[in-house]
Amino acid sequence: MSIKSVDERRLREVALTPDEYKAIVEQLKRAPNEVELGMLGVLWSEHCSYKSSKALLRRLPSTGPAVVQGPGENAGAVSIGEGWAAVFKIESHNHPSAIEPYQGAATGVGGIIRDVIAMGARPIALLDSLRFGPLPESSRHFEGVVAGIGAYGNCIGIPTVGGEIYFEDCYANNPLVNAMCVGLVRTDQLMRARAEGTGNRLMLVGADTGRDGIHGASFASVELDERSLERRPAVQVGNPFLEKCLLEACMDLSHTDAVVAIQDLGAAGLTSAVAECAGRVPGAGARIDVSLVPRREREMTPYDVMLSESQERMLVVVQRGREREVETIFHAWDLASAVIGEVTDDGQLTVVDGRDQVARLPVTLLTDGAPMRRLVGIAPDPPLGLDVDALPPLADVGATLLRLLASPNLSSRRGVFRRYDHMVGDATVVPPGGDAAVLRIKGTRLGLAMTTDCNARYCHLDPHLGAQLAVAEAARNIIATGARPLAVTDCLNLANPDRPEVYWELEETVAGLAYACRALDLPIVSGNVSLYNDSNGESAIYPTPVVGMVGVIDDYGRRLGAGLRAEGDFVLLIGSSHNDMGGSEYLKVEHGYVAGRPPALDLTREQAVNRLVLAAAENGFLHSAHDCAEGGMLVALAECCLLGGIGVRCPAIRPEPPLRLDAAFFGESPSRYIVSVTSRAMPELQSLARRHHVELSLLGLAGGDILEFEGQLRLTLAELREAWEVMVP
Amino acid sequence: MKFGVVVFPGTWSDRDCGWVIDQVLGAELTYLWHKDADLKGCDCVILPGGFAYGDYLRTGAIARFAPVMEQIGEFADRGGLVWGICNGFQVLCEAGLLPGALIRNASLEFRCEWTNLVVERTDLPFTSRCEEREVLRVPIAHGEGSYFADPATLSRLEQRGQVVFRYCDPGGRVVPAANPNGSLHNIAGIVNARGNVLGMMPHPERCSEAELGGTDGLKLFRSVAENALKVLVS
Repeated sequence: MSIKSVDERRLREVALTPDEYKAIVEQLKRAPNEVELGMLGVLWSEHCSYKSSKALLRRLPSTGPAVVQGPGENAGAVSIGEGWAAVFKIESHNHPSAIEPYQGAATGVGGIIRDVIAMGARPIALLDSLRFGPLPESSRHFEGVVAGIGAYGNCIGIPTVGGEIYFEDCYANNPLVNAMCVGLVRTDQLMRARAEGTGNRLMLVGADTGRDGIHGASFASVELDERSLERRPAVQVGNPFLEKCLLEACMDLSHTDAVVAIQDLGAAGLTSAVAECAGRVPGAGARIDVSLVPRREREMTPYDVMLSESQERMLVVVQRGREREVETIFHAWDLASAVIGEVTDDGQLTVVDGRDQVARLPVTLLTDGAPMRRLVGIAPDPPLGLDVDALPPLADVGATLLRLLASPNLSSRRGVFRRYDHMVGDATVVPPGGDAAVLRIKGTRLGLAMTTDCNARYCHLDPHLGAQLAVAEAARNIIATGARPLAVTDCLNLANPDRPEVYWELEETVAGLAYACRALDLPIVSGNVSLYNDSNGESAIYPTPVVGMVGVIDDYGRRLGAGLRAEGDFVLLIGSSHNDMGGSEYLKVEHGYVAGRPPALDLTREQAVNRLVLAAAENGFLHSAHDCAEGGMLVALAECCLLGGIGVRCPAIRPEPPLRLDAAFFGESPSRYIVSVTSRAMPELQSLARRHHVELSLLGLAGGDILEFEGQLRLTLAELREAWEVMVP
Repeated sequence: MKFGVVVFPGTWSDRDCGWVIDQVLGAELTYLWHKDADLKGCDCVILPGGFAYGDYLRTGAIARFAPVMEQIGEFADRGGLVWGICNGFQVLCEAGLLPGALIRNASLEFRCEWTNLVVERTDLPFTSRCEEREVLRVPIAHGEGSYFADPATLSRLEQRGQVVFRYCDPGGRVVPAANPNGSLHNIAGIVNARGNVLGMMPHPERCSEAELGGTDGLKLFRSVAENALKVLVS
């Protein structure tokens, strides 16, 4: 069979290369028909097959004593104690959000929720990691995405408790929308989406199938260009109300043992859901009849049905003969359900339309057949260097602080998170606005901390180090609440890997993530890769490996917030400061450029500092703790004041050379926290710090409504708040 | 004393209300399914927050036709305690059990944040545990919570003292800056003339435990638990 027999234009439509087509023909020993070609096109897309990144991803650590489910399922899971498992995953919805921000973001939230439901878990929290170009130019993206996230999360009744928002030129054409969902399930009731048991029935439940989203997965696997807006019909429309009913019905399924597995229908729709479910069981296959699929449009072809990405649908594998039990549960929620096929043992995915066979493909060809792409990474020219000694001295500490607090990347996010319901569920015991959010696990004293993090500027300057810093900062955010970090989900957002410098970024990013996660004992249990985040071959985004992390605190009564708690407390800096100005917010805001090396990270030091903070928190010595991140010590301290509504008076800072004054205030050395303690707990904290060999410096005393460094800075909380709460417009 | 919490498809505060009733208050609890035509002997029916039927047409517009609503209307007519919170308030207005309507927030945005409420009626079964003009700290979470009524209805409400809660500053002053959604007269909650049907946008079930940031909401649940059996239901 020659390649000429298939139209090249047709290949482009299904996003397959001629080589890939050749591989298909070789393995099938025949040419695929139209339906088969479409099915292979979506499953072999980068989005579904990970053909550019799979080899690298194997380097990531994914095991550990707490891991109950690693990568390969709808979501990962870790044990958090008392028989509970936390189920979580982060996923990108970048391309859809770029062209249709509201629905793109909304359906991104909907999709990640279904991944958690498929594990048998009740979703308890959402987080969103967002990146846009600068405002006001990118306000269409920003407004649409925030509104879409709110619309879906608020309606379905799952609290949005965290995330991050950054503004940077490189995201102007390619905003990033990464949604993370965290769920809870009894460890012994965790479900896995495996099509076990020949003859068991495949049921499709939830929304009817329409033509929406056909080829969404392929669309997500190419660069955006001026024709991308034409792909707006490839973006699906979300129905959070329907998903709420689907969620409750799926929770009710746990009352019966008739269900073998649940699988989300996401990218590549029915094709992917059936192939993945069967693919997880060696030798298993499936036979489905598209004529049995409930539809919302007339005259849909088998091709349309197999490739539709209509939202709010789930595939349920039901024990043969017990379909009625399951149907009854869905019917109670007024949801349609239909038996559309069955599990087979022939290793084939067979699609029939009534009596006609329309496709028959080996499951392994669909799930693992895509030839892995061997790409070449070449390091680009090193980024702009930074001569710290050439920086002018800090002129006015107070004025600089106010400018930093008002800068788009550091200003208060209250204007955004108050548009999200972050309280529903009666579990949010540390609300958004500080480091990590903490949710209590009702019926226990356990608290589950969660966060997302990534300073992509660091990753741009040094992807290996930047990825490490992202892991370290996420862990510090968890620890600042008093919780122990447990595991990671990652979302790797990069540009077009066909360009050697981008593939190099991907290699470095994965290596950095792996290195830091190994050093900090943090398995990566789920994740997602989003490539081709560029437009018209340029405006490549910074490599942005978003790290989602969960941690656990045994007694949430000991949780810590970032805000100062009591007048008269000592306010201290834990960890040591260096001239870490590379890639800093200070450099960007005050001097107008992004340059230098990211802050050096010593993961052994990091561990020592973390152990000290955790020990101090567990012993009840601390009143508050806050991670020092962008903007350095002084911005972190100002946040402690603003979140707690209490000022701090400090003596002047006289840094010992070579530490510069600007670096002492605004440098971004990692492995540092600001904590507050009662005077009585000071001696214990000091001896604990000595035992852990960690530097502890007294900054000042909490009290009043002024932040002061004697002779260097004196600002009222009202002045600070006015700058900080400029509110993202 | 038994609480009944109504569950429409799309309701999500049902479990939060249930948690407070069952775990914090220790009172008897039953859920009332929207298709049920039986109130299961409840002494107080709560219509909780959420997006009943997705609220796609207009908040509460479909929910009022649910089978359970007919029973709730009769129960209210007989003097039974009916308490609508957030979406529940919207449903009660749509069902005609309370006057006025809840329209889109003046900001045109969803708002989830803490508010202060001054209590203007303490002679009700819902508020007997509150002090005269006490300020309660209670969070809101809604996109359509701006109370609206025509001038005649509004003045009737005011004359008859049917406004139970008003948004205020921490000192109890009813000022425009304390109004989170543009409600007329800063209205956060109203009661019917008979005093047995209460609707409020803020969420007392979200502030009934210290770890959630406050316990003012529990005063309302306690008031109801204390009074429900004293209320004369004909």
